[in-house]
Amino acid sequence: MAIEIEQPCVGLSKVAVSETHGEDSPYFAGWKAYDENPYDETTNPSGVIQMGLAENQVSFDLLEKYLEEHSEASSWGKGSVSGFRENALFQDYHGLLSFRKAMASFMEQVRGGRAKFDPNRVVLTAGATAANELLTFILADPGDALLVPTPYYPGFDRDLRWRTGVKIVPIHCDSSNNFQITTPALEAAYSEAESMNIKVRGVLITNPSNPLGATVQRSVLEDILDFVTRKNIHLVSDEIYSGSVFSSSEFISVAEILEARQYKNSERVHIVYSLSKDLGLPGFRVGTIYSYNDKVVTTARRMSSFTLISSQTQHLLASMLSDKCFTENYIKINRERLRKRYDMIIEGLRSAGIDCLKGNAGLFCWMNLSPFLEKPTREGELALWNSMVHEVKLNISPGSSCHCSEPGWFRVCFANMSEQTLEVALKRIHNFMVKKRSE
Amino acid sequence: MRLLSRKATCNSHGQDSSYFLGWQEYEKNPFDEITNPKGIIQMGLAENQLSFDLLESWLTKNPDAAGFKSEGESIFRQLALFQDYHGFPAFKNAFVEFMSEIRGNKVSFDPSHLVLTAGATSANETLMFCLAEPGEAFLLPTPYYPGFDRDLKWRTGVEIVPIQCTSSNAFQITEAALLDAYQEAQNRNLRVKGVLVTNPSNPLGTTMTRNELNLLVSFIEAKGIHLISDEIYSGTVFSSPDFVSVMEILKARNYENTDVWNRVHLVNSLSKDLGLPGFRVGAIYSNDDMVVSAATKMSSFGLVSSQTQYLLSAMLSDKKFTKKYIFENQKRLRQRHRMLVSGLEKAGIKCLNSNAGLFCWVDMRHLLKSNTFEAEMELWKNIVYDVKLNISPGSSCHCTEPGWFRVCFANMSEETLELAMQRLKAFVTEYSSTVLGQNMSSSHQSIKNSRRRSITKWVFRLSFDDGRDREPDQR
Repeated sequence: MAIEIEQPCVGLSKVAVSETHGEDSPYFAGWKAYDENPYDETTNPSGVIQMGLAENQVSFDLLEKYLEEHSEASSWGKGSVSGFRENALFQDYHGLLSFRKAMASFMEQVRGGRAKFDPNRVVLTAGATAANELLTFILADPGDALLVPTPYYPGFDRDLRWRTGVKIVPIHCDSSNNFQITTPALEAAYSEAESMNIKVRGVLITNPSNPLGATVQRSVLEDILDFVTRKNIHLVSDEIYSGSVFSSSEFISVAEILEARQYKNSERVHIVYSLSKDLGLPGFRVGTIYSYNDKVVTTARRMSSFTLISSQTQHLLASMLSDKCFTENYIKINRERLRKRYDMIIEGLRSAGIDCLKGNAGLFCWMNLSPFLEKPTREGELALWNSMVHEVKLNISPGSSCHCSEPGWFRVCFANMSEQTLEVALKRIHNFMVKKRSE
Repeated sequence: MRLLSRKATCNSHGQDSSYFLGWQEYEKNPFDEITNPKGIIQMGLAENQLSFDLLESWLTKNPDAAGFKSEGESIFRQLALFQDYHGFPAFKNAFVEFMSEIRGNKVSFDPSHLVLTAGATSANETLMFCLAEPGEAFLLPTPYYPGFDRDLKWRTGVEIVPIQCTSSNAFQITEAALLDAYQEAQNRNLRVKGVLVTNPSNPLGTTMTRNELNLLVSFIEAKGIHLISDEIYSGTVFSSPDFVSVMEILKARNYENTDVWNRVHLVNSLSKDLGLPGFRVGAIYSNDDMVVSAATKMSSFGLVSSQTQYLLSAMLSDKKFTKKYIFENQKRLRQRHRMLVSGLEKAGIKCLNSNAGLFCWVDMRHLLKSNTFEAEMELWKNIVYDVKLNISPGSSCHCTEPGWFRVCFANMSEETLELAMQRLKAFVTEYSSTVLGQNMSSSHQSIKNSRRRSITKWVFRLSFDDGRDREPDQR
């Protein structure tokens, strides 16, 4: 066959070979140390305790009890498989109506009924990871930017930027006001983007915040909404931790603010949610985009073809989340247990002479070790972190991996282990601090 | 300032195409045996509904799999927390063994080279992100699955350049067509990154011949580009020739561990073989470690639910079940296919001879008022609105010849298929005598008749070639 050989072999795309997936950062190096020497109460009591994983393991018993009492949720019909084929065939990107209704109602309950959600605005995606990327594809073009307050979830570097080609420009927040977002900081970030000739398409906040473990205050939300309206850009509010607020009244969702404003200018606002944190089901890949913009809803729905939720899982959760008795009880007890864990870790750290940011939500606390750094620099922070991982044998997340502008802060998770393990971790920290003070 | 991205406002999602309009009509007036017997029968949906009873019986006998239990013990927590993008090991093992079984165990697969994705839709898009830059191109033989326009191009910015295939040789890929497509890309200043084929083909319903596969391998070798083989219908091959995967060809040519070996990637799914499109189970298989690594990380954007991975790992590990399922499923598909083909024949309509898939590629060129796509659209509208059958027009599949339609046969009951065939026969009888008859002079009519005769001869020859490839090959 006379086919000439014309050019050298082609390789992979730039996206494929880039490092924007971020997996070579220190954030992941700590995980490696854990994987190589994982703590186990009985078999490896001196191993590395995983405190870098924001998982919620405190309320599984409630879910297990529900499943035991409602086998039809996992088996397509009481004692039979009659609903199986319909479910197996269901790949409509609108998602199961019963599930969307259940999701909307659950989101309302989590907000204490202070905001209403329309099931027809709920778009389903395989996790919040997919939801955030999808929204970025819809709201911004390659080369454009989203403004994100620091410190932020390290995964955003991948989720918002990798395949989309969109940039993140940080909104710098610091401890002088408990890391709250201010209008000057928003303006500064916007100007910074402008000076680099980058078009800003929106602001993305996480409320409650990861890694701060604190809700965003009403006045701050109002300021952010005013800012995005002034600049004619979008606001994405990732409320993935909304059900993990220790006290219901302290969480204010952007949805409430919009309702109070009678939905004026709301078509620029989009909420991301997921069941990975509140229900502790990251494996089931259940995320959602709730948008007040019809075109975004339609487009997101179409794009969700690339990331649909298994209909088997939609069926299970439609059943569970429609059970208002179950959900009300779950939300209440989950909250209480998280608060108890939070109190435990705060007290344990305080007695070791360590302060944390005052938090009221999430699966972690934002710990301040800046007084104990050899040097008040990123290197100083990483050196201390190295000791934490390899000497104290706790995998915690250094603030630099969250793009924090002040060195010395660390995110420490408390809901992904037993109480006993948390005690062990606190004891290790206590001993480490005693040793450090004597040096 | 424009409020949404260019991607959001463009039409690359393809949802305004006729392919989807037919669906919309169906949604407005869907056939139901009892409640709406005059409604539109859906024949545009490539679903496999023939073998659910086998799955249901397995589920009834194995309640633990859906009940989050392993050997009677609850593993709910482990599954709920399992979000490792490397995938559930037991599931990947079972999946590659199932893939192997479907290929008659002529090739085997390494589970560590399998990347799980939320459906083949996600797998195809992910491969584009891994292999091509925005503005680069992949060559695809026409006719092709309309969804590719969205899946391969929309968010990736990659272009599709068609490899034109025609009925003159049963739509097989030729060297000339490949070279023409490559040249066309050059003319459009598009750098070609690879070729993507669907084997068995959608919408043709045919398996690729060894000749075509060898041609493709040689072509990508010479051009130094990638080959993606979407083998999503591999389990639906119901008669000979047997399914030959491109991996088999590579093995036969001793290409293991060569550069070419690393540039061939498979896409798979359980949506067609097992009839589980709702469960979103797709996969990429690549011999290239870098592709596997990049695709694995990207799968974070579309992981398979651990609940579903567990259920299917149990099901696919049951080898007695999979053997029985594959055999029985193929048998039922064969029967349905025969039913559709003979039903069409009674209406004087021929199809491309096919041995796979959930549909036939139907030749209605003789029913066109003129040899144009406008005429095809007109005929299609008649069939959707008057005959009340939603079938897919060839133009939506980028076919270069007007008059071909994809008609599905596995997504309805036998009775419904019978009814569809009756409606079609009644339509053709009336249409031929009134609409077509009026528009033709007698000489035109006789030319048409003789063309119909030679086409008939050709199709007849094909249908007797069951045991052999359609072109002489190197076997």
